[in-house]
Amino acid sequence: MLRVVKRQEPLKGGTPLIVVGALALSLGISMLLLAAQGKPAPRGLFLLWDGAFAHVHSLEDTVLKAIPLYLCSLGVAVAFRMQVWNIGAEGQFALGAIGATWAALHFPDLPAPLLLPLMFACAGVAGGVWALVPALLRLRLRVNEIISTLMLNYIGILLLDYLVYGPWKDPTSFGFPLTREFSPAAQIGRMIGRIHWGILLCAAVGLALAVFLKRTRTGFEIMAGGAGARAARYAHMPYGFLVGLVMVLCGVASGWAGSLEVSATLGRLQPSIMAGYGYTAIVVAWLARLRITHIAFYAFLLAGFRVGVENLQLELQVPHAFGGIMEGLILLSVLAGQFFQNYRFRRAEG
Amino acid sequence: MRKFIVGIMAAALLGLLLAGCSSEPQKEAPKAETSKATEQAAEQATPEAKPEGAETKVGFIYVSPIGDAGWSYAHDLGRKAVEAMDGVTTSYVEAVPEGPDAERVITNMARKGYKVIFTTSFGYMDPTIKVAKEFPDTVFMHCSGFKKSANVGNYFGRMYQARYLSGIVAGAMTKTKKLGYVAAFPIPEVIRGINAFTLGVQSVAPDAEVRVVWSKTWYDPATEKEAAKSLLDVGCDVIAQHQDSPGPQEAAQEKGVYSVGYDTDMSAFAPKSHLTAPIWNWGPFYTHVVKSVMDGSWKSESVWPGMEEGIVDLAPYGPMVPQDVRDKVEDARRKIVSGQFKVFAGPVKDQKGEVKVPEGAVAGDEQLLGMTWFVEGVIGSTE
Repeated sequence: MLRVVKRQEPLKGGTPLIVVGALALSLGISMLLLAAQGKPAPRGLFLLWDGAFAHVHSLEDTVLKAIPLYLCSLGVAVAFRMQVWNIGAEGQFALGAIGATWAALHFPDLPAPLLLPLMFACAGVAGGVWALVPALLRLRLRVNEIISTLMLNYIGILLLDYLVYGPWKDPTSFGFPLTREFSPAAQIGRMIGRIHWGILLCAAVGLALAVFLKRTRTGFEIMAGGAGARAARYAHMPYGFLVGLVMVLCGVASGWAGSLEVSATLGRLQPSIMAGYGYTAIVVAWLARLRITHIAFYAFLLAGFRVGVENLQLELQVPHAFGGIMEGLILLSVLAGQFFQNYRFRRAEG
Repeated sequence: MRKFIVGIMAAALLGLLLAGCSSEPQKEAPKAETSKATEQAAEQATPEAKPEGAETKVGFIYVSPIGDAGWSYAHDLGRKAVEAMDGVTTSYVEAVPEGPDAERVITNMARKGYKVIFTTSFGYMDPTIKVAKEFPDTVFMHCSGFKKSANVGNYFGRMYQARYLSGIVAGAMTKTKKLGYVAAFPIPEVIRGINAFTLGVQSVAPDAEVRVVWSKTWYDPATEKEAAKSLLDVGCDVIAQHQDSPGPQEAAQEKGVYSVGYDTDMSAFAPKSHLTAPIWNWGPFYTHVVKSVMDGSWKSESVWPGMEEGIVDLAPYGPMVPQDVRDKVEDARRKIVSGQFKVFAGPVKDQKGEVKVPEGAVAGDEQLLGMTWFVEGVIGSTE
């Protein structure tokens, strides 16, 4: 008989090993699945690597894909740190895109140094306010934020649909749901290769958040607040303020992700910008164990899988769903690995 | 220590795979690509050093999973026809979202030397144009849009002709004179289809009405089935649809009424209710395009072939469709194919009774492509 026992101390220095082991395990199972479909598994592994990380252009693709994911994940991780279960990054992303688009469509003639900050301000406000709603509902009416943030996602996406199908529809689009293309001043240009300047925003937000959480009193309170509302109140922490703050932080970060998506990669608003980054961000945040400094790596990794699986599809004609399966396997095995960092099996006597 | 064990296990697994997979693929090869078994074997032996140049690579980008019926499935049938051509290999990427992801997938295809790339959804229009600028030697064909450039052509089929014919069948079979139409999004393509269907219905049942519900989905079996049920609840006794799942068909069969499918023959999902379906038949068109690229005669244009080219058609009738109805439809089909009859020939009025196409005139392609109004007899809003 085997029993699960808690380790007296978490396994030290095991994190990189766990990650590598879990990745190897999930890749191994994925390759087994490939082989079961009659596809050459080692070549599959190579193609995945080749499509995601092996060339300059594939790295660019992966980074581009990782940018919105990274921003959303940062926000989600901060909220989860407080044990505020914010599932609403997707809706906040939509609102950010809406906010930025509003500015871009209403002030197309402003010069870029004014227009871009305005777009980000609008995106931040829209995303932040959207996130504040469930925070207030939770604090005032004790509405479970898991439900309210999830429901607000649908409302946010429907609002986006309404605007794109209605008032903001480009009159020259033959009735198709697109806004007009933004003026050049409203579009973020490329920095290196195909990577746009938004990556600097990512770096700034990530750095600011890390410093904020590590070095400030409020940051400490957020980290400690995760231990529980009662403990936090006992220590005279402004619990309600903190809940509102982490939600707004998440809303702003996700909103900026949406803003980058319309401004840097599409140059207009259309319904298909909703690619599920807000939900994938939850996976990234958990993989990183809610550590702000680890999120970049996992966002990059998951983006790489998304990009690499397309290569696998193209060359081996595996179904699209295979990518989802791989992602699930990675999450499961990493979480399982983390479990064994704190627990171990012991043979039960007798 | 545990981690090492996990690592070793993973390594062992991989090792096993390396050993095992070389014998595995043979099993599937004949099923996947009948004519290419030898080539596939060669590919597996030397994955990277595949002799190229002789083969023209043709790529397809699909908006949804291929699945077993529907829009992407129909395109994939076309791809298989291209695959069967001499000197051509094909591949595809499915379920590509229509935003920035599309640009990446199209770029990668072009980079890998695909000579012809079909992008088969409206939302791929701008990405296709953008990528085409970087790859002037690649031919891009975009489905259902309106932009073109030196190496981008666009194409669509006159599905509304087949919709009209399916409307005749539906109009002949309805008893309540109320028909339901589960529609995807209020875009011109869908609106055009609803209008054509309604005109077909009215040609045999002048006082019938067509009720429209928007599902705002292209493929969501549960939502689309629910939408169909809401139409059944208000007394509709024929359900038509413009999505890629057979959900509405199943709803109709469960209620014991009739249905009209879409995209491909959906009778397998609802044999008792499926009257017919307006269907896509991309094979001849795709092989024609690829041939013209190979012999150098391809040029950038907007093509919108119809029933006369066989690109749209009706699925086989269900056994419940009586002979006199079939005769009526076949008669209309002959007139459409010969050009004697146009679906949107005047007078056509909109819901408010305003004349949109005057008597003696025919709606031009421009008007059809930008259609945002419903014809008289449709209950619903284009918003």
